[in-house]
Amino acid sequence: MNADSFNLNSIDIAWCPGCGNYSILKIMKQTLSELNISPTELVLVSGIGQAAKIPQYFKTNYFNGLHGRAIPPATAIKLSNPNLTVIAESGDGDMYGEGGNHFIHAIRRNPDITNIIHNNMVYGLTKGQASPTSKIGFKTPVQINGVVLEPFNPISTAIALDASFVARAFSGDIKETKNILKKAIKHKGFSIVDILQPCVSFNNINTYDWFKENTYYLNSKYDSSNRIEGFKKSIENKKLPLGIFYINKKRKSFEQNFKINQDKKIPLFKNELKISSLSKLIKSKR
Amino acid sequence: MEDLSIVLCGEAGQGIQTVEKLFTRIIKKAGFNLFSTKEYMSRVRGGSNSTEIRISTKSVSAYIDRIDILITLNGDAIQHIQKRILKNTLIIGEEKNIKTKKNSKKIAFPIAKTAEEIGSKIYSNTVAVGILSSILGINKKILKDVTKEYFQNKKRDIINKNIKAAEKGYDLFKDLIEKEKINFKLNKPKSENDNILLNGAESIGLGAIAGGCNFISSYPMSPSTGVLTFLSKNSQDFNIIAEQAEDEISAINMVIGAWYAGARGMVTTSGGGYALMTEGISLAGMIESPVVIHLAQRPAPATGLPTRTEQGDLEHALYSSHGEFPKILFAPATLEDGFYLTQKAFDIADKYQIPVYILTDQYFIDSFYGIKDLDLNKIRKKNHFIKTTKNYKRYKLIKNGISPRGIPGYGSGLICVDSDEHDESGRITEDMEIRNKMVEKRLKKFSEIQKEIIPPELIGKKDYKYLIIGWGSNYHLIKEAIVNIDDEKIAHLHFRQVFPIHEDTLKFLKKADKAIMIENNATSQFSKLIRQQTGYEIKNRILQYNGLPFSVETLIKEIKKIIGDKL
Repeated sequence: MNADSFNLNSIDIAWCPGCGNYSILKIMKQTLSELNISPTELVLVSGIGQAAKIPQYFKTNYFNGLHGRAIPPATAIKLSNPNLTVIAESGDGDMYGEGGNHFIHAIRRNPDITNIIHNNMVYGLTKGQASPTSKIGFKTPVQINGVVLEPFNPISTAIALDASFVARAFSGDIKETKNILKKAIKHKGFSIVDILQPCVSFNNINTYDWFKENTYYLNSKYDSSNRIEGFKKSIENKKLPLGIFYINKKRKSFEQNFKINQDKKIPLFKNELKISSLSKLIKSKR
Repeated sequence: MEDLSIVLCGEAGQGIQTVEKLFTRIIKKAGFNLFSTKEYMSRVRGGSNSTEIRISTKSVSAYIDRIDILITLNGDAIQHIQKRILKNTLIIGEEKNIKTKKNSKKIAFPIAKTAEEIGSKIYSNTVAVGILSSILGINKKILKDVTKEYFQNKKRDIINKNIKAAEKGYDLFKDLIEKEKINFKLNKPKSENDNILLNGAESIGLGAIAGGCNFISSYPMSPSTGVLTFLSKNSQDFNIIAEQAEDEISAINMVIGAWYAGARGMVTTSGGGYALMTEGISLAGMIESPVVIHLAQRPAPATGLPTRTEQGDLEHALYSSHGEFPKILFAPATLEDGFYLTQKAFDIADKYQIPVYILTDQYFIDSFYGIKDLDLNKIRKKNHFIKTTKNYKRYKLIKNGISPRGIPGYGSGLICVDSDEHDESGRITEDMEIRNKMVEKRLKKFSEIQKEIIPPELIGKKDYKYLIIGWGSNYHLIKEAIVNIDDEKIAHLHFRQVFPIHEDTLKFLKKADKAIMIENNATSQFSKLIRQQTGYEIKNRILQYNGLPFSVETLIKEIKKIIGDKL
């Protein structure tokens, strides 16, 4: 599979020049083609926001739904047809703010989907308000004296809930981000990849250089099966660790709990109504 | 006597439900028809709840005020049900539980003591079932067999003690019947009653299965939860994915996702939960997704009266969700409707790619009665999606506005759907010409669905003078009231599809000297809708919004008030 198979002929991209989204788009296409996933087997589900526009620039099946609501349809799509690769992808405002409840419960549910969050610590499409991950003191037209809310930490939240795959990446590093994404997509369960990215228009604090200076990769000896260590790493905030924080291989994916999915991975659309069973059920009420 | 009305009244947690379930099985086995309905408080313990069971050799399917036999299980019961106690009401209960100034016949019976002698107070309910069975003169063997069957999953000792409790109640009370000269003679049924005994929730659940439902995601909320539990219970046998969502927003978005991937999904909810779903319904409108919504109404605003009944969400269902797009609203009038209309909802949602509602209420959901049969040959189960080809466009502009719906992973096309305005291929656009075409495409479905509107049912003679209009769950109540008034000049027009309404509606209304609307809300929402759709104003309205269903007696009284008592 070639990354070009995900390219569209003529597209008019709505992102600002220099936006981190461009490299994420490129990384995604390369990752999927290297994993040999075809556009017809893939469903990209997104919410609303600049990041959530990613399916528009992708030749694949997509479901561009409501703000904050990418995870519920993604969960249902995977349940309804377990043969599809399903990715729920949006920005930090969409996934952690508007859709925060679904994020938390998807971790508990553990559907076999990949959750990619473009985290630029600011609202882009609505022009520069604070996001759930904005740092304290970050000034915006709404938070005029700077953000006072404690930033949402998706990594530690996920590990606290015993998520089955938790990673953080940086959009500026194509090679490493691709590696992380490959593992995330292959993981059988809910895999979270929080991708740090600069917003060139509305965040002049967390810039490309800032991320370079304020991140480091977990070293090769780091044990991603250790939840306590993962949690310790997740709350480091001087320099942000990058890489896979935690994997729990013991958790069953959500789909495996359902008979129809467990047996033969039969999509629900091939499910025939059993008239004889229905007739029996009605008779039982006589 | 034509029929007998028995009411059980006690507090939550006392086991009225056990009495209801066991006794109704016995009645049915003995060959009687029955109707039962309950009113209960929003609490798990205490308070006062009551269940009405009507028994007859004829078909019964409506709530009445009259009580022939009242069984009181606690001291507050009498107070709770005071207004419905008549001179002829026989009150049975422990000495301390039957105290009332009302001049009715009272029989004190040591129910708890009888139960304790068998082993424990917990057998009180079964003793009560024995008492009721002896009043009806039910064969003791039926009582014994059904009790045994009912408790079959319990330990042997418990089964035996329950049988003993039932028999003891039966025998001891039989002596009292003779002594007190109690006589509730009903015509004896000829054979075992082989009707299907269902409640509203089950009728919707069975209809959903018949409609090919294989996905339900919902958040529990009275009175809609019964449908979720019914489908969950049967999920293994029918390969249904049943999931309790974290909130109603998730539920509706999951169900829309399921349809996108080729499943047939539904949500079940009530007013407040539905309010959270309205953005999702708008999404279904935009991406032209089928979706089936069961909305079991209860009194609102806000939390309202959580366990009680109202027809107050007609406008909410109709006008909620931003933007302009077609929808269809069914309101089952009977249990048969619960089945066939829910089945039809799946078919029609799929065919027209629109949201379809099943509007019920607590009264409908919690009422049981027997129905003759459900005809599975009437089921039209056909998937309307297609296998796509390479250049497939999800929103291809075609004459009737209904672009063939593809699903991902079936065929070589790509399925792109977007909550933003989109072009034929499903991609975001702000091209105003395409915007116009897409709006018009979505609205064209309105004229398509006109072809399939269910006409209202006219009960009575065609040359009526008075036309009584109802919708949804009031069907049997209105019908029985009119039978009682017994006047050929009255006819009943009942709607089971409340939006869009049938084009004959105005013709029916114009023929009447007086049209009277009956609905369970305060502002006569259906009258307003009819006026908006036809220009005809129904001025006579019988409305009730205290949280209870109409009783047949209330309707008789109110109808007579409007048309004059003389007739």
